[in-house]
Amino acid sequence: MAGFDKVVVSYDEAMAGLEDGMTVIAGGFGLCGIPEGLIAQIKRQGTRDLTVVSNNCGVDGFGLGVLLEDKQISKMVASYVGENALFEQQLLSGELEVELTPQGTLAEKMRAGGAGIPAFYTATGVGTPVAEGKETRNINGRDYLLEPSIIGDFAIVKAWKADRYGNCIYRHTAMNFNPMAATAGKITVLEVEEIVEPGELEPSQIHTPGIYIDRVIKGEFEKRIEKVTTQAAKL
Amino acid sequence: MALTREQIAKRVAMELQDGYYVNLGIGIPTLVANYVPEGIEVMLQSENGLLGMGPYPSESQVDADMINAGKETVTAAKGAAIFNSAESFAMIRGGHVDLTVLGAFEVDQNGNIASWMIHNKLVKGMGGAMDLVAGAKKIICTLTHANKHGESKLLSECSLPLTGVGCINKVITDLALIEIKDGAFHLLERAPGVSVEEIKAKTAGKLVISESVKIMSVD
Repeated sequence: MAGFDKVVVSYDEAMAGLEDGMTVIAGGFGLCGIPEGLIAQIKRQGTRDLTVVSNNCGVDGFGLGVLLEDKQISKMVASYVGENALFEQQLLSGELEVELTPQGTLAEKMRAGGAGIPAFYTATGVGTPVAEGKETRNINGRDYLLEPSIIGDFAIVKAWKADRYGNCIYRHTAMNFNPMAATAGKITVLEVEEIVEPGELEPSQIHTPGIYIDRVIKGEFEKRIEKVTTQAAKL
Repeated sequence: MALTREQIAKRVAMELQDGYYVNLGIGIPTLVANYVPEGIEVMLQSENGLLGMGPYPSESQVDADMINAGKETVTAAKGAAIFNSAESFAMIRGGHVDLTVLGAFEVDQNGNIASWMIHNKLVKGMGGAMDLVAGAKKIICTLTHANKHGESKLLSECSLPLTGVGCINKVITDLALIEIKDGAFHLLERAPGVSVEEIKAKTAGKLVISESVKIMSVD
């Protein structure tokens, strides 16, 4: 890792500098498009008291769910956390705090954070528990909430292919929150299926330009599927 | 007879129009995709970042990187587009999605909806529902008219924490099709074999019976 060559070969290097009490933004939707190896590394490092910002918190035993096993997460910012018994347990016991955030607001909080916008107004959540304690402003006859943006000490992101500059593309719906997360980390670490030579990715087709990326590591992915639904097993 | 889940979905599907971009929620709304009327084309939006959701894959097509917002494996329809979550919610919050169909625990006569929190139960989260009700051009809410104890879910005021305020204008239940306007439920259609009296009895909020209540067509 030097200059524009952002490739690291070990997970220790990839997550170097992550400390107790930090905020980590993670890409992924359910178990789709999650940086599996980077999550495993956080578990190995044993970093504690983390605030994790991600749409979901994995499932028991996989994805971000593994960080609950040793109580490494103290606060979770997410839109939906229903798939996880351990999560429920720690929430009820008070060991874990959760800030439920509408999915679009969560994506926009990351996008805005990465774009240098400290807060934004949105109609989402007006008149609901989400509005509690937030400034409401009427603009052109409609009420909007002021939502602060989010920046992470680290962002952990999963892409399909990247070059050593960190330019990357995502595959299918494994894109989801990853491009937003990539922009919103003080240190953004990208875990990819394949590292390609610079120039192999068509410049106009790059989803996340390398300027947002600090480290790139090639990972191995299990790609577990939460719900396998096929035509044979109909609705 | 009260409508089945499939019949509710069929009735909702009759509200679809050619060229609509539609987001379908989980449960009965998902079934609507099975009953798109012949001769019209709609594009299904899935808020994890897919516009043009196709059917479930065959066994050999299953791809972990291709899921819908319910985290089920799906395919992309011809003409589909895939994008990130901020883009997905830009189209939702920016008013570009023509119709969203979603379930609820309660709706009230002022168009408020409660669909994500039940008292004394652990809250799992609102997902994209708050964004959808704040942003879609048209919203149809599907739910059973009353709970299993016979208590109405169409109330004068929602008792549960809200998902959105003043946003619901059409409700399709197992008993009726109802429009919400001017602070009241307006009964427009009743399910075959369901009497106006039963609907009255099971609607706790203010109910206005339109002059010509039609019988729903759900064959």
